[in-house]
Amino acid sequence: MADSDENPSAAPGVLKPQTIDQHRAITSLREELEAVDLYDQRVDAAQDDELRALLAHNRDEEKEHAMMLLEWVRRQNPVMDEMMRTYLFVEGDITAAEEAETGGQSPSGDTDGSLGIGSLKG
Amino acid sequence: MNDLLRDLAPISSAAWAEIEKEARRTLKLTLAGRKLVDFSGPLGWEASAVDTGRVEPVATPPRDGIEASLRRVQPLVELRVPFELSRRELETAGRGANDLDLAPVVSAAREIAMAEDGAIFHGYDAGGIKGIGPAADPATLTLTDDFARYPIVVAEALSKLREDSVAGPYGIALGPRCYTGLTETTTSGGYRVFDHVKRLLDGPVVWAPGVDGAVIVSLRGGDFELTVGQDLSIGYLDHTGETVRLYLQESFTFRVLEAEAAVPLSYEAR
Repeated sequence: MADSDENPSAAPGVLKPQTIDQHRAITSLREELEAVDLYDQRVDAAQDDELRALLAHNRDEEKEHAMMLLEWVRRQNPVMDEMMRTYLFVEGDITAAEEAETGGQSPSGDTDGSLGIGSLKG
Repeated sequence: MNDLLRDLAPISSAAWAEIEKEARRTLKLTLAGRKLVDFSGPLGWEASAVDTGRVEPVATPPRDGIEASLRRVQPLVELRVPFELSRRELETAGRGANDLDLAPVVSAAREIAMAEDGAIFHGYDAGGIKGIGPAADPATLTLTDDFARYPIVVAEALSKLREDSVAGPYGIALGPRCYTGLTETTTSGGYRVFDHVKRLLDGPVVWAPGVDGAVIVSLRGGDFELTVGQDLSIGYLDHTGETVRLYLQESFTFRVLEAEAAVPLSYEAR
């Protein structure tokens, strides 16, 4: 495990166990996405068709891992959850989703009805 | 469309936005427990219970020679507060009005917030929730209306927490009587007692209308867990030509994992 996984940027004893676990998950998520990026480049560069197919297969498994981690992060973090509900799976201009959220233009069908209160701690 | 059936409500997006804004504002002001305890979720409306990791032996096994145990889970409780709004009033939002009469929304939001906090701080037996107060040491420190003495009581509570090896920072939920008394009282040196208490805690002082007395809790994490299935949401019930009935709803449960991490302060019986 990389050093930064166990040694986030704060003095020992300051961070809550939940924060440290989130750090581990975010670090893993970053590594999975970096792997997707590297595989993409190798798929482009590989000359052998069989190797190219194998690398593409491996790359897509990294995407699966990344999404599983992202879902875990969403469940731990109410603000992340709210943001994902606002910006993921929207159609059209992504910035329009922000305007709809902040400007109150969102029709009832575009939301799951949650008021997004979540944690108010800190 | 999900179970809240919002698409069936004769409400414009502008009016929905006003309703949600008012509900959100009231909830964020009134909810006190969420400012002090750990939050887990939202797990969704489908979530039914929290695993406790414990089992109970079953007295009558299915066959001789077999030991049976039943997994113990803590079920989520559903809270719902219906409210009714005037359709004529809601229509004004479409014409640009920003001063809608949404008193029923405020009232419902306050009700459900008080219920959640009541369960967190005082427990809700019927809902399977043992609150912070009932789980804590029965030797509760007592309060009086002599608000100048509050810093002494708070200091005693903090000593108790430290003696039990419960680290800070610490926060306090103050019921309305405590909060008002503390903000209105000054020491002989003109110093607000409220500020004195805040300095002792090194953490938030939270107005908690759903609390009777006060509760000091450690904010170190891992001691109190609010698990939410569906977070506070607004759904649709039905409507007539004049009114539309909505409801505010959530599913949650609360667990005290380390009872020593809180010290309730209660008023002397009158």
